[in-house]
Amino acid sequence: MASSHGAPPVFKNKVVAWIDYRLPIFSYIEKEYHTFPTPRNFNYFWNFGAIATVMLVLMIATGVVLATNYTPHADMAFNSVERIMRDVPQGWLIRYLHMNGASFFFIAVYVHIFRGMYYGSYKAPRELLWILGVVILLLMMATAFMGYVLPWGQMSFWGATVITNLFSAIPVVGDAVVTWLWGGFAIDNPTLNRFYALHYLLPFVIVAVVALHVVALHVHGSNNPLGIDPKGPQDTVPFHPYYTMKDGFGVMCFLIVYAAFVFFMPNAMGDVANYIPANPLVTPNEITPEWYFLPFYAILRAIPDKLGGVLCMFGAIAVLFVLPWLDTSRVRSCMFRPVYKWFMFVLVADVLVLGFCGAHPPEGWYVPISRICTFYYFFHFLILLPVLGKIERPLPLPPSIADAVLSKKVG
Amino acid sequence: MVASGAMAAVGVIATAWPFINNLNPAADTLALSSIEVNVKPIAVGQAITVKWRGKPVFIRHRTPEEIKMADDVKLSELPDPETDNARVTDTAKKVRPEWLIVVGVCTHLGCVPLGTKQGDPRGEYDGWFCPCHGSQYDTSGRIRKGPAPKNLVVPDYLFSSDTLVKIG
Repeated sequence: MASSHGAPPVFKNKVVAWIDYRLPIFSYIEKEYHTFPTPRNFNYFWNFGAIATVMLVLMIATGVVLATNYTPHADMAFNSVERIMRDVPQGWLIRYLHMNGASFFFIAVYVHIFRGMYYGSYKAPRELLWILGVVILLLMMATAFMGYVLPWGQMSFWGATVITNLFSAIPVVGDAVVTWLWGGFAIDNPTLNRFYALHYLLPFVIVAVVALHVVALHVHGSNNPLGIDPKGPQDTVPFHPYYTMKDGFGVMCFLIVYAAFVFFMPNAMGDVANYIPANPLVTPNEITPEWYFLPFYAILRAIPDKLGGVLCMFGAIAVLFVLPWLDTSRVRSCMFRPVYKWFMFVLVADVLVLGFCGAHPPEGWYVPISRICTFYYFFHFLILLPVLGKIERPLPLPPSIADAVLSKKVG
Repeated sequence: MVASGAMAAVGVIATAWPFINNLNPAADTLALSSIEVNVKPIAVGQAITVKWRGKPVFIRHRTPEEIKMADDVKLSELPDPETDNARVTDTAKKVRPEWLIVVGVCTHLGCVPLGTKQGDPRGEYDGWFCPCHGSQYDTSGRIRKGPAPKNLVVPDYLFSSDTLVKIG
């Protein structure tokens, strides 16, 4: 069973060998998850891909179970969710796992994206890997948005109203597009039905894109905190047991925090207004999306023009698609980019402030602050990145991963 | 090659169309598209909300001051210029300035503006105020301030008598 780098595996178990000869899944697992040479210097930021995968599986598992008790009808959806909470055995647990799972899935993915940006994981030859990641993010956002509509509370209804109305900003065909999305003249039962169908479908599309993401990852292997390529066996360790263990540990730590929320503060990240049944005639005093959309919501509201706001909001994600080409620096890791490193932290602060502004009504100081932050967000990607890559003087790169790791141990 | 490619493209589009059109409003949804309202109980200065096509519709019995305010505005001051008269005309071209009927959906992102109920904030122009993103409408339901691009929509309506109106 065991094999060293490169040599094809030999399976002692006859059944395994019989199957593998016809469908080489065991060889595949052996090559990609056992002997797979992985940089030896990962830090804990490299856990978050595995953590996100675990969250995706968990969301699908809890979601399928919830679907067995949920009723996708405008008159019954709210009560069916309350029934899950009160009458269905362990329904409250499954639902709180699913509800908080969405938040923790986004936490994992946002940290994963930060990791990719800070250590330059998007640069050649991993551009497509990065783009597939942005596609996953978009699919997650669509799935999360439609999932939030399903309990048919006030925030479900009015969140859906605001978000679907974004499409009415499209010139000429906007209103027709919105009617088509709704399947009627307003958000109503047809809308709920189709959102439910898509909310069930899209996670499996995400699984497919994650598979492509992993295939693309395994062509050139993972990036690492130093951002330099492994030059030989002294720079890598086999994925198993080294990173299966490290990922396992990281997943456990993450799940502990997640469980703390599920059991002790399950509604901390939700909005109380969603426990009021949807009412098409009364808008809540304040419509706020889930926390993971707040920075984008702040960008939408920062622009005083409807179409402009919508374009900037979608543009904030679209700009990520071309990130590999906006960054002109040849050095991947921020560890060796003394100037850009600080701007990376400014970007993180900028997004956090945007999120804070998105949670408050667009009045007083929140308006100019969200405008400044929106400006910086686009300035960072469109101006700073291309220019800084040309003028910044990076620190000298270490000759190899092994060199850097071993000299750190001594010194 | 080109011809068969073009045929295939036509086939794909023709097959895709039923799937796309399937998401449009169904016949029963379209059938529920008009309502009749008796406006007799609405006193001068009062407004009510009725539900039409799943959306709120505001019916306001305007006071002479409100009508004058709406009439006196110069069109050049309006983001979406429209005369007050044009907004209080029914489908039979009869003008009834005392009755303002508008769809109660903010043209920004679809919230329901406040100002219909007694005691609601009505904004700086004494019409409606949208709590979501701060759009303000005047006594004719026209946008005056805030992010909304258009006036509140006036639905097709017809007064069959002085007190009975059919909306839609």
